[in-house]
Amino acid sequence: MNMINNDTICAIGTRTGESAIGIVRLSGNDAIKISEKIFISNNGKPIKEMASYTMAYGYVIDERKEIVDQVIISVMKSPKSYTREDIVEINCHGGIIATKKVMNLCISNGARLSDPGEFTRRAFINGRIDLTQAEAVIEIIRAKTEQSLKIAANNIKGNIKNKLENQRKELLEILIELEASIDFIEEDLEIAPYEDLEKRVQIVYKEIKELVNDEKKGELVKNGIKVAIVGKPNVGKSSLLNAISKKEKAIVTHIPGTTRDAIEEIIYLEGIPVIFIDTAGIRKAKNLIEKIGVKNSLRFIEEAEIPVIVIDASAPLDKYDEEILIKVNLNKAIICFNKIDIANVINKNDFKKKFGENIIVEISAKKGIGIKELEGKIIKKMGSENDFDIQDKIIINIRHKRILVEVISCLKNSIKAMKNKMSEEFPSADLKLAYNLIGEITGESATDEIINGIFEKFCIGK
Amino acid sequence: MKIDAFDVIVIGAGHAGCEASLACARLGFKTLVLTINLDKVALMPCNPAIGGVGKTQLVLELDAMGGQMGKTANEAAIQVRMLNRSKGPAVRALRAQIDKKGYESAMKRTLENTENLTLRQGTVDRILVDNGRIQGVSIESGVTFYSESVIVAAGTFLRGRIILGSSEYHAGRMGEYPSMYLTDSILKAGLVMDRFQTATPPRIDKRTIDFSKMAVQPGEDIPASFSFWNSDKIFPNIPSYLTYTNDKTHELIRNNISLSPIKSGMVTTHGPRHCPSIDRKVINYENKSRHPVFIEPEGKYSNESYLQGLTTSMPAFFQQLIVNTVVGLENARIMRPGYAVEYDYLLPNQLKHSLECKTVANLFFAGQVNGTSGYEEAAAQGFIAGVNTALKLSGKEPLILKRSNSYIGVLIDDLINKELSEPYRMYTSRSEYRLSLRPENADLRLSFFGYSAGLLKEEQYSKVLDKNLQIENLLHDLSKKVINANDETNKYLAKLGSSPVENSTTIYKLLQRPEIKFSALVKTFPDILGISISDSKVLEQVETYIKYKGYIDRELIGIKKLENVENIAIDINFDYFKINGITFEAREKLSRIKPETLGQASRIAGISPADISILMVAIKQG
Repeated sequence: MNMINNDTICAIGTRTGESAIGIVRLSGNDAIKISEKIFISNNGKPIKEMASYTMAYGYVIDERKEIVDQVIISVMKSPKSYTREDIVEINCHGGIIATKKVMNLCISNGARLSDPGEFTRRAFINGRIDLTQAEAVIEIIRAKTEQSLKIAANNIKGNIKNKLENQRKELLEILIELEASIDFIEEDLEIAPYEDLEKRVQIVYKEIKELVNDEKKGELVKNGIKVAIVGKPNVGKSSLLNAISKKEKAIVTHIPGTTRDAIEEIIYLEGIPVIFIDTAGIRKAKNLIEKIGVKNSLRFIEEAEIPVIVIDASAPLDKYDEEILIKVNLNKAIICFNKIDIANVINKNDFKKKFGENIIVEISAKKGIGIKELEGKIIKKMGSENDFDIQDKIIINIRHKRILVEVISCLKNSIKAMKNKMSEEFPSADLKLAYNLIGEITGESATDEIINGIFEKFCIGK
Repeated sequence: MKIDAFDVIVIGAGHAGCEASLACARLGFKTLVLTINLDKVALMPCNPAIGGVGKTQLVLELDAMGGQMGKTANEAAIQVRMLNRSKGPAVRALRAQIDKKGYESAMKRTLENTENLTLRQGTVDRILVDNGRIQGVSIESGVTFYSESVIVAAGTFLRGRIILGSSEYHAGRMGEYPSMYLTDSILKAGLVMDRFQTATPPRIDKRTIDFSKMAVQPGEDIPASFSFWNSDKIFPNIPSYLTYTNDKTHELIRNNISLSPIKSGMVTTHGPRHCPSIDRKVINYENKSRHPVFIEPEGKYSNESYLQGLTTSMPAFFQQLIVNTVVGLENARIMRPGYAVEYDYLLPNQLKHSLECKTVANLFFAGQVNGTSGYEEAAAQGFIAGVNTALKLSGKEPLILKRSNSYIGVLIDDLINKELSEPYRMYTSRSEYRLSLRPENADLRLSFFGYSAGLLKEEQYSKVLDKNLQIENLLHDLSKKVINANDETNKYLAKLGSSPVENSTTIYKLLQRPEIKFSALVKTFPDILGISISDSKVLEQVETYIKYKGYIDRELIGIKKLENVENIAIDINFDYFKINGITFEAREKLSRIKPETLGQASRIAGISPADISILMVAIKQG
């Protein structure tokens, strides 16, 4: 519970549908100090000397002094800022990946990832917003709550959620044993031996650690699930992306990548960031056909967790289509037959026989037909039982990861206490904490750690 | 007929009533205690014991603030044991067998000899409320007593109904008149009540027990005390005995289960899960081949023996059969049968943290009538209600204990915010700050409040301050005392199974090692320490602090965070229906419970985090 904390928080605040900029926003006593550490100004002027509400152009550098991104920094000094604390906004240009790198640098330099809604919370705690404004904010919160709650509940899909729920249940079972041995010492209870309990905690520890510690998973946490939209020119890739993003307009961010010749769009499907990579971005290049050779498409397919292959259903298959279909791992892929509103000349039965019914969707990107079905297929892929690879990568968002990291440290402490033969109340202290923390993710927490939990359900400000 | 006027009237002279009336009278208020039977003051109607895990904390906290229970327990204890000895200091607990008559007479003597306190027999039929404020009470004889304030500590007496086999009759406890009319009067005042049930085992004649077939359970000859103001002493050691039920017992009960009131439908209300009857145990734990039965002395001069574990309200004749199936009890004779009692209790969420009614000024409730179970829980509430009555009459702020400073704080906060489904009993696991709220530091945590209220004398409080200072000084000294890394040191460490030191270190650091005990260290290095430690309690505190610092500090962080929300006060007249955006159910609930702080609001069952955030905005903006 960080009700009235003055530590420095940071978050990515992107302006949806407006610009191509990702903003990392810092607020708190050390906002300026932290940004000084990672920013090199073009004019050489330190941030703390900047006047409030001015901007500076420069570079964000990482710990190896390598440039992460070209940025514009703006400073709003306390008390004349949204939160009434010092605020620094770092406007990144390098796409979502660079933006996230910048945020991670802020965190590694002492900022804390903000809880959802924390900027607004600070704003009204510090008396920045009056009742009317606050109520307006709350209205927005309210409106979004249902959605956020739904997202929170669905945030971790299937296997992972089950895994966490099971581990939480197991912790509860262990806690029951430990607590019984304390409070009911006078009863003739058959408490599980301490060593057994320790082993059981070890297992929970390993299970949860596995969920978090995989480096690649970590990347995914930061970067989201990649979905590459591939297909020959004019097959409707861009229309498809537009159709998806139009539907999800409220939570779409357009970020033209500078690091690759493709358009990335982040769309939240069930609360999971999904990065759609539209290879159509290269169309502007000369020598069109050459550049979008199969080779290039394959590169995107390989990088993506889920390739979506778009095929023109109004025309017969050509060499390009066939080559992709042969080379793609169809366990991962989804095949989209577009333009079914124009004509439908391809015999889908052959496909279904060959590749299975489940990977095929018939759509019309222009008319918005079948888009929902496609999203459903993508979601299913993310949480599909047979594809542990992807599924295990969906460690949710950074907040969840942060909680799990804390859970792991609690479990570690409790194991240590048990190893040292400290009595039950000591490991119990850590296990209770871990139990409540997992509950914050799975949404089953009934702890007194209220206020934070509350605001966490209000997915705003981020 | 107006015959007398008092500052405070306490209804009931059980554990809550005694503490409440003593606190008021000691603080100078003219206090009348009305009890249905003057021969039953501070009666222990169930187990002959005080203390135990979680409850020890309550007794010591009470004592630290100037309560009575600990001192009287010291007088009447006939056997003590330290529970959870192998565990850490936070969950260790003293449990004492009590000479019931000794306790009653010691407590009654205390009441009778307390200035400003009048003890009187009488059954209160009515509370007098006028204009939302208590005016006094009237008793069955038609006499009315006026007072500024009333504390209801009626225990199980409100429309008490005893169930024993197929018979049932109204009684407060077995052999005692019930209080049949007070409930109506409380309901008329606009308060809501419900029913709970509790039960007790049969008592048998010691002379008819074959102790040779049982395991003796002696107490421990350890110096101990339930009070910070008495020095530790070795208690008498009258043993308990342990035997077990067996297949014969279980078969007998199973074959005649229709006799059980829980089966026959005679008892439908909720009883405490921590005290299941033997009939319930046999039904619920079919596979268990035996259940323990502890035979505990009811008193120094009595042959009555309490059968812990054989609670039942099956017919009296049948209880005799059950008892006789148990090894060693083949020829045992019942002196009084077990029974169940069902009674009205006040839904405690109608109270403030001071235990004053939210809707009726100067009317307080304490003890079992608030839905709790246990002498210690009752006494703790009685004390708080008493002190707060006195503070209110003095025009002072109430004494509100917090979850973060005491088990009593946990107890009251839970009562007000939880929805009780059974009589509430204290457990250490109810406390979020268990490692900090240790029995032995209750004086350091709470005596300030007793002193401020006026229940502790100057010299008592300065004793606590002195202890605190000694602890701080010792902690400071230990972090400065260097111990050299030489052969002598390392030989000593090896002897304790501890790894050698390579560089000189401080005693503080050495004590962080679990295997290094302070007492041993003091013996080995008396001159190096160069610190005179007169008080072993100081030493214990310091050692606990050093060894568990990491844990304690973490709890402190939690406490600080909690206090941020706890400190956001909500006006008692706050109109929840004016706030847009929170659910109707939440508004209704908040209006009913009227939380005093945002933290409390958040603990109310059914109030969502969303509601709290909106509420916070509304409060912040006035």
